[in-house]
Amino acid sequence: MSEKKRKALVKGNDAVAMGAIEAGCKFYFGYPITPQNEIPEYMAAHLSDGRGTFIQAESEIASINMLLGAGATGARAMTSSSSPGISLKQEGLSYMAGSEIPGVVVNMSRSGPGLGGISPSQGDYFQATRGGGHGDYRVFVLAPDSVQECYDLTMLAFDMAEKYRNPVLVLGDAMLGQMKESLDPTPYKPTGTFDKSWILTGAKDRPPRLLKSLYLDDGELTEHNWKLYRKYQKMREDVRFEAIGLEDAELVVVAFGSMARVLKSSVDMAQGKGLKVGLIRPITLYPYPEAIIRETSQRIRHFQVMELNTGQMVEDVRLSVDPGTKVDFFGLPPGMLPSPDVLLAEIEKVYHPAAQEVRS
Amino acid sequence: MKQVFKRPECLIDVPFHFCPGCHHGLVHRLVAEAIDEYKLREETIIAASVGCSVFMYDYFDVDVVESPHGRASAVATGVKRARPDAFVFTYQGDGDLAAIGTAEILHTANRGEKVTVFFVNNTIYGMTGGQMAPTTMIDQISTTTPYGRDPEEAGYPLHMAELLAALPGTAYSARVAVDSIKNLTQARKVTKRAVQTQIDRAGFSFVEYLSACPTNWKMNAEAANRRVTEELIPCFPLGVFKDYQAAQAVKE
Repeated sequence: MSEKKRKALVKGNDAVAMGAIEAGCKFYFGYPITPQNEIPEYMAAHLSDGRGTFIQAESEIASINMLLGAGATGARAMTSSSSPGISLKQEGLSYMAGSEIPGVVVNMSRSGPGLGGISPSQGDYFQATRGGGHGDYRVFVLAPDSVQECYDLTMLAFDMAEKYRNPVLVLGDAMLGQMKESLDPTPYKPTGTFDKSWILTGAKDRPPRLLKSLYLDDGELTEHNWKLYRKYQKMREDVRFEAIGLEDAELVVVAFGSMARVLKSSVDMAQGKGLKVGLIRPITLYPYPEAIIRETSQRIRHFQVMELNTGQMVEDVRLSVDPGTKVDFFGLPPGMLPSPDVLLAEIEKVYHPAAQEVRS
Repeated sequence: MKQVFKRPECLIDVPFHFCPGCHHGLVHRLVAEAIDEYKLREETIIAASVGCSVFMYDYFDVDVVESPHGRASAVATGVKRARPDAFVFTYQGDGDLAAIGTAEILHTANRGEKVTVFFVNNTIYGMTGGQMAPTTMIDQISTTTPYGRDPEEAGYPLHMAELLAALPGTAYSARVAVDSIKNLTQARKVTKRAVQTQIDRAGFSFVEYLSACPTNWKMNAEAANRRVTEELIPCFPLGVFKDYQAAQAVKE
């Protein structure tokens, strides 16, 4: 699609926008909110002047519904925001899921509840992975932990949205959005070809098409929900995770996004001290990488989950592990970002008793 | 023998679900006639709304996307920007457009989106059973204004056609009624002008239809039609409040 670009020092937010443009996103709808404003600003610079459509909407609610409309025509479109704005988009996400309309939504999350603050947080995990709006639906969720992944996973998000005809959420946070790292802007390579037989183009030489979520006839809605359920199950084939040092580990730590990023240094330090610590980093938060956690826990009976919240993803780990596996949790409420030393200390706190148990 | 009356081609041959005496059927027909007249059926995409109008896709033989309550004009914006050659319209009631969707309609008009909005004002929430709408008239009884709408408590009826006409992005804004042959004829003309506005890419186009809701007004069809003539029209004056063509003509 584009000429080979050089490596550059790039902010996470800009990497998201660059990935979107590279993946062929031509429509962006958004509303200003810190800490993700570089995304709309980048999109405005690259989609105005006839190169696409950039609309600064009157609200998050309008943005998500513009995304719904553009998505209904089969266009590659995106909106982005941060936590309070993502709350406002939940109605639209529910309708998109119900009507099976693809679209990419980026949440560079900040701290809540309420207006909270603009510091990094993983407090939106439940909202991201449990649907978020009304109804029994799921959103495909990708959680980058680097600037490179902000770029790569945003490109993938467009493919997953079209593959499953479903909204896809890229869940980062203030740390990922605002930090600068080296980025290799690799060309977009589609992961498949996607069915477009449903898109609205005007009913020329074919019967009319209808995208809706209202089903009032007896049994119709039940069947629609079963169909969606089967789709959510199928998403498991695109589950992604990163695993480090699981071969001889005695403790497995689990974290995603910015927390995993910090934790990788802590795991390095722990291994340097001779501690047998492995790491599982879910990259898709929905579908959740439950199989690798279950299989690993049949062998390694001690897990520790770390999050920038008071305990959300830990529930998924506890649901995934083999019964009887010990699952410890360390959480920091939104508003603070720990250093690798702090997390290393937490690992050491739980590691030694566990290592003794395994040996005995 | 010459056929002088037939079902518009873009309407599917099924009976409307609307209550007897409701004006939705007439307004549907006016919109369908305009689509036929300009041969737009194959390039039309509707952003459907929530309310009694939600079942449009059962009647119109065109592509439709459903919108959340109040959001149809934002959805239409997304559709039109992605498909600039499509004829894109919404068809919304007064609760949908003038209450929960006020921000969306105002900004869609103000951006001058090249979409057309057909707005049915029957001064009440129909689908949910007769609650006060933003257009409910002073002293009108509804299930949530059981003693009549008191402006001290519930404010005043919103005049959307005038309000939107004031915005520079609006190219065409008018209010019509379908209570008499004379008004119906004018409504047909105005509906076509609104469609023409989009074809000309002149800006946002808007038509407000004063409509009867016999069920929730608790009137028979004839009395409800009479109420449009005697009560609604004096409160919501008919007319064209903005017309880009007229403005051009004056300049020239």
